Amino acid sequence: MTDALCRDCGAVAVAAPICPSCDGVRIVRHAELFQLHIAHVDCDAFYASVEKRDRPELASKPVIVGGGTRGVVSASCYIARLSGVRSAMPMFQALKACPDAVVIAPDFPKYTAASRQIRALMEKLTPLVQPLSIDEAVLDLSGTAALHGAPPAAVLARFARAVEADVGVTISIGLAPNRLLAKIAAGRDKPRGFAVIGAAEARSLLAPEPVRLLPGIGPALAKKLSALGVTSLGHLQALSDKDALRRLGDDGPAWVHRARGEDSRRVDPARETKSISAETTFASDLAQRAELERALWPLAEKLARRLRQKSFCTSGVVLKLKTANFVQRTRATKLPGPSVLPDALFAAATALLAKEIDGTAFRLIGIGANGLLPLDQADHADLADPDTPRRVATQTAIDQLRGKFGTAAIMRGRGWR
Amino acid sequence: MKLKADRAAFLKALAHVQSVVERRNTIPILANVMLAVRDSKLTLTATDMEIAVLEDVPASASRNGACTAPAATLYEIVRKLPDGAEVELDHPGGDAQLALRAGRYATSLVVLPTEDFPSMSAGSLPHKFSIPAQELRGLIDRTRFAISTEETRYYLNGIYIHATEADGIKVLRAVATDGHRLARVELPLPEGAGSIPGVIVPRKTVNELRKLLDEASGDVGVALSDTRIQLHVGPVTLTSKLIDGTFPEYERVIPRDNDKILRVGKKDFSDAVARVAAISSERSRPVKLSLAKDLLVLSASSPEQGTATEELDGDRVSYSAGPLEIGFQARYLNDITDQVGDQVEFLFSDGAAPTVVRDAADTSALYVLMPMRV
Repeated sequence: MTDALCRDCGAVAVAAPICPSCDGVRIVRHAELFQLHIAHVDCDAFYASVEKRDRPELASKPVIVGGGTRGVVSASCYIARLSGVRSAMPMFQALKACPDAVVIAPDFPKYTAASRQIRALMEKLTPLVQPLSIDEAVLDLSGTAALHGAPPAAVLARFARAVEADVGVTISIGLAPNRLLAKIAAGRDKPRGFAVIGAAEARSLLAPEPVRLLPGIGPALAKKLSALGVTSLGHLQALSDKDALRRLGDDGPAWVHRARGEDSRRVDPARETKSISAETTFASDLAQRAELERALWPLAEKLARRLRQKSFCTSGVVLKLKTANFVQRTRATKLPGPSVLPDALFAAATALLAKEIDGTAFRLIGIGANGLLPLDQADHADLADPDTPRRVATQTAIDQLRGKFGTAAIMRGRGWR
Repeated sequence: MKLKADRAAFLKALAHVQSVVERRNTIPILANVMLAVRDSKLTLTATDMEIAVLEDVPASASRNGACTAPAATLYEIVRKLPDGAEVELDHPGGDAQLALRAGRYATSLVVLPTEDFPSMSAGSLPHKFSIPAQELRGLIDRTRFAISTEETRYYLNGIYIHATEADGIKVLRAVATDGHRLARVELPLPEGAGSIPGVIVPRKTVNELRKLLDEASGDVGVALSDTRIQLHVGPVTLTSKLIDGTFPEYERVIPRDNDKILRVGKKDFSDAVARVAAISSERSRPVKLSLAKDLLVLSASSPEQGTATEELDGDRVSYSAGPLEIGFQARYLNDITDQVGDQVEFLFSDGAAPTVVRDAADTSALYVLMPMRV
């Protein structure tokens, strides 16, 4: 008999299409339903949902969260998505597609708070929670059935209801035997979904799907694969390891295994993504070095502030640029020594920037930390830079003034315009 | 162009010039060496646009002319020719191939036009002086290990050379630092060097020069301007751009008041450092120096591998200040002791402050080391 679960009341072994206990119709059925324990949880249109929660009058309106007319869409609600609005789409394009959308500037502290609330609920289910981003996490619920008195599927349905009730946003859950399949499942029934992929069906279910379904296969790789006659996951599945190695290169066998739905990655709570960065999209494209540097300075300050807030310093810097044609360039360099000083981060990034100035117009610039270290390792005296202690003292004074009177209270000459 | 040259002389010159040629080149002609015969004299030239090396080779030439041929290939061919062979080069001109014959061996090499070969003009070099090759060797050996490789502070990627006064005596001073260590070496000021500008000689130039000095004796001629340096080492002329930047005010970081003095035999010390450091394969792990009266204990530990200690006592160590603990990277210690004679002298302030190291018998070189936390 196929196992079944009513997602609205938690009743199990429901045979009818309508739940006899609560008249709900959201019933999930699957042969492996009560054996699976890896769950991928993804919040639905997270930023937009949080905004709608706080402004109920927007509930039936298309909502886009993002910055300025030349910014990009950070998130869009499902109503806006009906008009073709997508995340990371330039704002002008989004507004062309959906002219009556309500655009809201992002309020990150608010989203972070909601995210923390959801994470706290997850951690009640299992210690094995690995956050993947602000609105995504993967959970391993193996061995928790005795504790909760219910199989993972039932615990997760209960969790989804708790998130809706306590946090006020909806989530989609993918339940599967491994992380890859769980992620794919989570994307199959959005929003407010609960999708299951079992081990037995994984291969046949994936076979007709395009290769782009696999996380990690982007447009470039898909094009390369297509040139080799590989367009569906079924094509990949059919390759032997040897063929894959010969035709697709070193990573070939790994792609074949993933196309078959195999994935041995564990859920590791310690492996939270640790990257800190700051970026901005320009109001109009920039190609001049001086203009780009002017845009870069406040980002260096922001990066330094974010690092300090999280008690990190960095041993290297990444410069990110996106050309007017949306081609991304990232360049990395090591700092002379670990630092959290904005001018040190800025100096390293401008050295990288200088090499990219070739007349190309850029629409975005960003700076990120590469190689996070504990804050106490930052900015030690250096024989080649005897002024480091003085620069640290200056920056500390600036930070204190800003702490009291706000960011605009004091700024460096180069930040002035 | 047509000439005959002795294989050994030709090979030696080729080795010198091809060494500046970059292995990976985006501009094809930079992989080539220019061979030019004028007035019955053969001259080889190679450049990477930053450095140019030019060398005259004894040869018997029968026709003037010039061409450029792949440096690495030419070098490999000549290297494989038998000892004592006579090499014959023949290039009829234009884009015809370069014929090379030796005994019954013959090859034809594709050439590129000499007009495309970049010439690096030295411009006017107002300052000229000379240094004995041996002293220049010592100056380079005792500083170049401290040259930085980091890109951000490009002005540290070379040796800073300038004229100054030390205790009332005029000296030529060379300084290099990567922020973790600093090396400062002085020579008596050569005649004609009194008014030279401070210049930063790039690492690659330093290394090429050092190779040439291996075989050199006598004096090396130096000529320089604000932007170029030219060195005459025997038959070789090396011309290089200088690093356009400002070297840090290094005097400010050299401690003046370090009064805790340790003297230790150089060999005892460097052997002990090498032994205790062997516990860890991680190069950045510190070796800890623990000091008490006439006692030095070196120790190192690695979380994976374990710990090691070695004691050096009164027979080999002299130290009379109070107890002190300080850590340094083993490689940094050895880079310095490699340049020191019998006795090495450390001048400490405390466990967190820069330490001065020098040869107890030679004050011409001074080193500063930043400690690591232990």
